[in-house]
Amino acid sequence: MRRFADLFERLDRTTSTNARLDAMAAYFRETPPEDAAWGVYFLIGEKLKRLVKSADLRRWAMREAGIEEWLFRECRASVGDMAETIALLLPERAHDPEPSPEPVLLLETLGEDADAPSERDLSLSRWVERLSVLRHLEPREQERRVVSWWRELSAREVFILNKLMTGALRVGVSRTLVVRALARAFNIEKERVAHRLMGGFEPTPDAFCRLIAPEGSAEDRNVSRPYPFFLASPIAATSDQEADVESLGDAREYLAEWKWDGIRAQLIKRAGEAGGSLTLWSRGDEDLTLRFPEVTAAAARTPGAFVLDGELVAYDHDAQRPHPFGVLQTRIGRTNVHERALREAPGVFIAYDVLELDAADLRSRALVERRRLLEDLLHAHAGDRRAITVSECVVATSWEALRERRASSRSRGVEGLMLKRLDSPYRVGRVRGDWWKWKVEPLTIDAVLTYAQPGSGRRANLLTDYTFSVWRNEPGGELVTITKAYSGLNAKEIETLDKWIRQHTLERFGPVRRVEPTHVFEIGFEAIGVSDRHKAGLALRFPRMLRWRTDKNPHDADTLASVLELLPSRGADAPPAQTVQEADALHPLPEKTEDSRTL
Amino acid sequence: MPASPDLLRVDDLGLRCELGSFHVDPWRPVEHAVITHAHADHARPGSGRYWCAEAGLGLARRRLGAKAEITPIPYGQPFDLGSVRVSLHPAGHVLGSAQVRVESPAGEVWVAAGDYKRAHDPTCAPFEPIPCDAFITEATFALPVYRFPEPGIVMDEIVRWWRENAERGRVCVLFCYALGKAQRLLAELHARREQLPQAFAWVHGSTNLLNPAYAEGGIDLLPTRRVSDRDANNPKDAHGKRDYTGHLVLAPPSAAGSTWMRRFGPASRVDTAFASGWMHIRGVRRRRGYDRGFVISDHADWADLVRTIEEIGCRRVLATHGSSRTLARYLREQGLDASELETPYETEGEDG
Ligand SMILES: [Zn+2]
Ligand SMILES: [Zn+2]
Repeated sequence: MRRFADLFERLDRTTSTNARLDAMAAYFRETPPEDAAWGVYFLIGEKLKRLVKSADLRRWAMREAGIEEWLFRECRASVGDMAETIALLLPERAHDPEPSPEPVLLLETLGEDADAPSERDLSLSRWVERLSVLRHLEPREQERRVVSWWRELSAREVFILNKLMTGALRVGVSRTLVVRALARAFNIEKERVAHRLMGGFEPTPDAFCRLIAPEGSAEDRNVSRPYPFFLASPIAATSDQEADVESLGDAREYLAEWKWDGIRAQLIKRAGEAGGSLTLWSRGDEDLTLRFPEVTAAAARTPGAFVLDGELVAYDHDAQRPHPFGVLQTRIGRTNVHERALREAPGVFIAYDVLELDAADLRSRALVERRRLLEDLLHAHAGDRRAITVSECVVATSWEALRERRASSRSRGVEGLMLKRLDSPYRVGRVRGDWWKWKVEPLTIDAVLTYAQPGSGRRANLLTDYTFSVWRNEPGGELVTITKAYSGLNAKEIETLDKWIRQHTLERFGPVRRVEPTHVFEIGFEAIGVSDRHKAGLALRFPRMLRWRTDKNPHDADTLASVLELLPSRGADAPPAQTVQEADALHPLPEKTEDSRTL
Repeated sequence: MPASPDLLRVDDLGLRCELGSFHVDPWRPVEHAVITHAHADHARPGSGRYWCAEAGLGLARRRLGAKAEITPIPYGQPFDLGSVRVSLHPAGHVLGSAQVRVESPAGEVWVAAGDYKRAHDPTCAPFEPIPCDAFITEATFALPVYRFPEPGIVMDEIVRWWRENAERGRVCVLFCYALGKAQRLLAELHARREQLPQAFAWVHGSTNLLNPAYAEGGIDLLPTRRVSDRDANNPKDAHGKRDYTGHLVLAPPSAAGSTWMRRFGPASRVDTAFASGWMHIRGVRRRRGYDRGFVISDHADWADLVRTIEEIGCRRVLATHGSSRTLARYLREQGLDASELETPYETEGEDG
């Protein structure tokens, strides 16, 4: 555990990519496989299931530290993180030793206790074993054990332990960086490591050894394993904030496709024992095979073995456009798929690319060639085209023509265009140069800042979680909450706003402050839908602050009516006014309580 | 017994003593000002007459200007203002920092501690607990999560950080407040001079200005050189460009991210750190974006605030700065008469 806590500390300390790579590579090299496996697991963002309730943990810590609840809460609000608050509050222990500058040696010398290292420093895998028992214990026994662990660990280790117990450990390194560190540590190609890491990682010593096995080992022929996805990059902007497509060269060298707003996935059908395997993997490394039986059934009927890259959407066949993302979400959560879901939100796999055909890896071939093979494969089986289709090519010979087509994105229910060089191979990760995404401009509204609360993590001491409102009816009347937003301001604006909020707080509900409705912000977002999340009865997708409109006063902010204008296909849905009332009826609580609860 | 009016209370100008007709650390110009120490939020220019601890005269002079009328008073020596008796006692915060003890003709004693700490600091006299009826305490770090490590351990970490970076051919830039923290670090480094990669440190001009006041006070600091565009002594590399590789530079936090930093080379060759009590919290460390945070504070941590108030044994406590509300509530729950005192002193100010 100490080795992992030290690694965490080292990663936390520096923003230098190279230093982080070195720290991880050293950790992987010097750590026994059973621990390194868990290290990989946590570093790529996997978590243990929550083992104890946060509320229990807080109560035990209060008892152990002899601190009243109100004081604990104040500490928590100031620190911004519960695991850390507890680590800092527990009674005096030895000062954390410095993580050693050199890679930690396999046999750490632990002073006079060197003979009994297992007593002093349990390995990470042993800790996971210890922890996994917790879930089945009575609360009193849980408390007894957790408190005894707290007493034996340093503050840094207590922090990690708390994070593990609450399923909230976030190391904050990207998966790509972990892959690079593994590649560096064991001298393997990073594309190879990335591939081996696809399709889920089991934190076992065997799995770790397979991950770092020499090139060309049997490990690289797993039948259900997806390929690492090739990701498109945003196009650099011109001075007036427009994507500079002209800088990409000749439009005729690119294949343009719609950028669908669904889940990127690979559909894998491979021959093998017992009839082979058929898997639908999301880019988020989730196995969706059982959740979209209509797609896998269609794949099963398609002859041959293949790996397709595409976008999974919930499709509205009548309107001939995808349902909003929210509808797709209702399908993702379910493994037992009802008849009704299949009817109302049918899944469609829109294939972009073919990566493997009859066991041959096609990724190094040119896109134009892969595309022809993809069309041959799927068009030959047109009967299944409702659940698996080929993504439509947007044909145009100039950037100007493409720009025009792109303008229709919103009405088609897509996010914009993808531009892929016709001669591009299928690369690994986000490599700039071949694939670009050319999104439509965001939708915008002007909204008034009405509530604020402290952020989490690195923004814990600043009020950076903002809530925005628009006028329910006429400006100057009642404000109604429309969205929250966290990002978009620079550090200086955040600090200025933080100071202003503290001086202009009207009411406090725990950490939430209601502030004078003074400041207007331009909020950008990708789409808008009906939802009961906020009082306005609407949900904005990917909201962020585009600009602090210091030139506007709150009366200039939007009204609910003007925001509703942005809703797609108004005629088809329930009348907006009614929708809002319905949404509000879900929260029959008085304004104050409701806001403090949902914010 | 009828309650007598408070000996010290806040008015528009500062902490006012009516009977002595003076203010403690006034934030606007007044006729008579007794100042606890030379930090900007406590010692403001423009008042008619000042009293400060003798040990702090040099710093006060630099802060208040050559023309200010300042009377230095040795620690512990009483003097009369109006009908009260005043004396100054070490607060352990920075060189010459003082607690102001005020005794009324009726024998009631109030102590305004200003900023203070209990941890070891080679640049100033240690805090002395003064028995009193009412104690005005700071509350900058008044949350139980603030429990600072021993400064000696942290100083050893700083030395190690410097050495490691010197070995890796990097420049160390340690941000710290120009008055107090910088000199405390230099004094601690001087005590560890055998272990340092260099016999001196580079300092930003603003820090350099204050160091002579410490020399006058007889405090040994690690020798310093001023980082300057014109100084011919600046180190040069083979190409005649300045080269600070392996050196330590002390600079105020305001220099972080400024063009001033460019002279030390590309960011990849510079390791930055911040020495402050605020570095105790991970979120703050990450937000500030320094490579390292060294927890070394010139303010009392939670344990020392509570211990100090216990030791003094006063019945009444008034809390200023930072988490004053929290400290007051906690003390009330311990049975003391405690409340917050609204003052415009910096909460996350220059001397964390
Ligand atoms: Zn101060
Ligand atoms: Zn102060």
